[in-house]
Amino acid sequence: MTMPYYASAEQVMRDRSEYARKGISRGRSVAVLTYADGVLLIAENPSSTLHKIGEIYDRIGFAAVGRYSEFESLRVAGVRLADVRGYSYNRRDVTGRIVANAYAQTLGAIFTEQMKPYEVELCVAEVGETPDRDQLYRLTFDGSVVDEPDFVVMGGQADAVTGHLRENFHAGMGLADALKVGVDALSAVSPATAGSQHGGHARLSAEQLEVAVLDRRRPKRAFRRVVGAALHTLLGDGASTAQTPEGPGHTPSHPAPGTPAGLGDPAAPDTAGGAGYDEHAEDGGEG
Amino acid sequence: MNESSAGRSGFPPAYLDRVGSSFTDFLSTAAPELLPGRRPVPTLPVGDIAPHGTTIVAVTFDGGVLMGGDRRATMGNLISSRDIEKVYPADSYSVIGIAGAAGIAIEMVKLYQVELEHYEKIEGLTMSLDGKANRLAQMIRGNLGAALQGLAVVPLFAGFDLDAAAGTGPGRIFSYDVTGGNYEERGYAAVGSGSLFAKNSLKKTWRSGLPADAATRTVVEALYDAADDDSATGGPDPVRRLYPIVYRVDAEGAVRLTDAEVAAVADQIVTERAAADRQNMPREA
Repeated sequence: MTMPYYASAEQVMRDRSEYARKGISRGRSVAVLTYADGVLLIAENPSSTLHKIGEIYDRIGFAAVGRYSEFESLRVAGVRLADVRGYSYNRRDVTGRIVANAYAQTLGAIFTEQMKPYEVELCVAEVGETPDRDQLYRLTFDGSVVDEPDFVVMGGQADAVTGHLRENFHAGMGLADALKVGVDALSAVSPATAGSQHGGHARLSAEQLEVAVLDRRRPKRAFRRVVGAALHTLLGDGASTAQTPEGPGHTPSHPAPGTPAGLGDPAAPDTAGGAGYDEHAEDGGEG
Repeated sequence: MNESSAGRSGFPPAYLDRVGSSFTDFLSTAAPELLPGRRPVPTLPVGDIAPHGTTIVAVTFDGGVLMGGDRRATMGNLISSRDIEKVYPADSYSVIGIAGAAGIAIEMVKLYQVELEHYEKIEGLTMSLDGKANRLAQMIRGNLGAALQGLAVVPLFAGFDLDAAAGTGPGRIFSYDVTGGNYEERGYAAVGSGSLFAKNSLKKTWRSGLPADAATRTVVEALYDAADDDSATGGPDPVRRLYPIVYRVDAEGAVRLTDAEVAAVADQIVTERAAADRQNMPREA
């Protein structure tokens, strides 16, 4: 005689949560921090093409951990939602809240209705006109959405990174300081830096990081990847002269000093207008 | 767009389903009513009641390409706008100018800008210049029915080619016809009602490898010549401080020249023409 299969709803949900949590904690961490001029997104990501960080819209960025295929399809859906809405209404009518809501609904539906939940955790970051208008939404696999102040850490050993950030993070830091705090926090728990000899963890290098900013000073499209020489300079690891700056190639939202419509060079942090991000780029010009 | 798609139920299936990097293709499944070319074509010619944009010129120079357009839109024999803008940046490295039915053309430009940005965000790469030119041709092709009822849209597309082969100029110009034909132009091109006169002007003033400022002058002068002979093209308007719109695309990206820069060039041309004309006048007794 066969027993009829039965599992309580509670048990099913608990199993799914555990499954999703396990999947997410296996990966590497991502940190999203606010800084003086916007939002900084840092991922430990050795691949330079399989991005964990992306642009959704003019003022909205995206960061994710977990299963790549799953969060990539969510990222594409977010870009589509934002572009359709911006096209049929106005660019100003696309907000982070709308995108975050759609993610929450979709993740919630998948969690309750499908056998396998998505093993992802997302952050939708929106940069405002002023620092107090910056928004960071954290979305978990079950569709919960939380509006976090200051910073969000997801994936890997998120609790340890959060603890590290709580100690060192200050609101309104400059970009170089915020990057240092963020990278130090990720490095402290990263398995990639664990083997170093001098007691603690080594620092993650530029090649192991994916970094982008949402810079409120940029007109129109605030999202900009920080790559190559600019990243080395910001990290202060002295390798900036060895790196060739990225020439005109097929890179998104590339160029231009004094250009309208969000057209600035993502490889050069100082083409955004406004003050330089760090002393290195200025060559002590203020002397 | 269906309102529910943005709110209560999360993403509709189409948003998560197909992987594709074209915004237009996506709209055709998710929200076809937003696409131009999907609407019923008017059964009678409506050209006379729809504002039309007029002359656009583009020239290459030693570091890229320039595009300029006058500021007039006409509706039959009326001037419907004196300050319309008909040249737009398509993305960081390309610009688009439009002649023809202004309403449809501006909608098309808006869609085209989103198309390029959408591709860039999804793929993480910008489209090649030839790819961009080809996407635009497909949009024009969809408008043929409306074109036959007097609502033709004829764009001019120009950009800086990041993959230009060594020895070839990085600035490239593409022209179109109403059927979506896409032709790469050598050196300079013009579209719109005053294009005949603008091309004649460029034929004399433009030559290969001009520096940017000299090339800017050929653009403004061509528009001046077009306005001189074509009633639908507006000349420089010092009374209202309205001057042609000129974009420069070079290795730095697409930049709109300031009104002051264009005004200086236009004023100089007007002054020189006036001086030349005075010499031709019979001396008064």
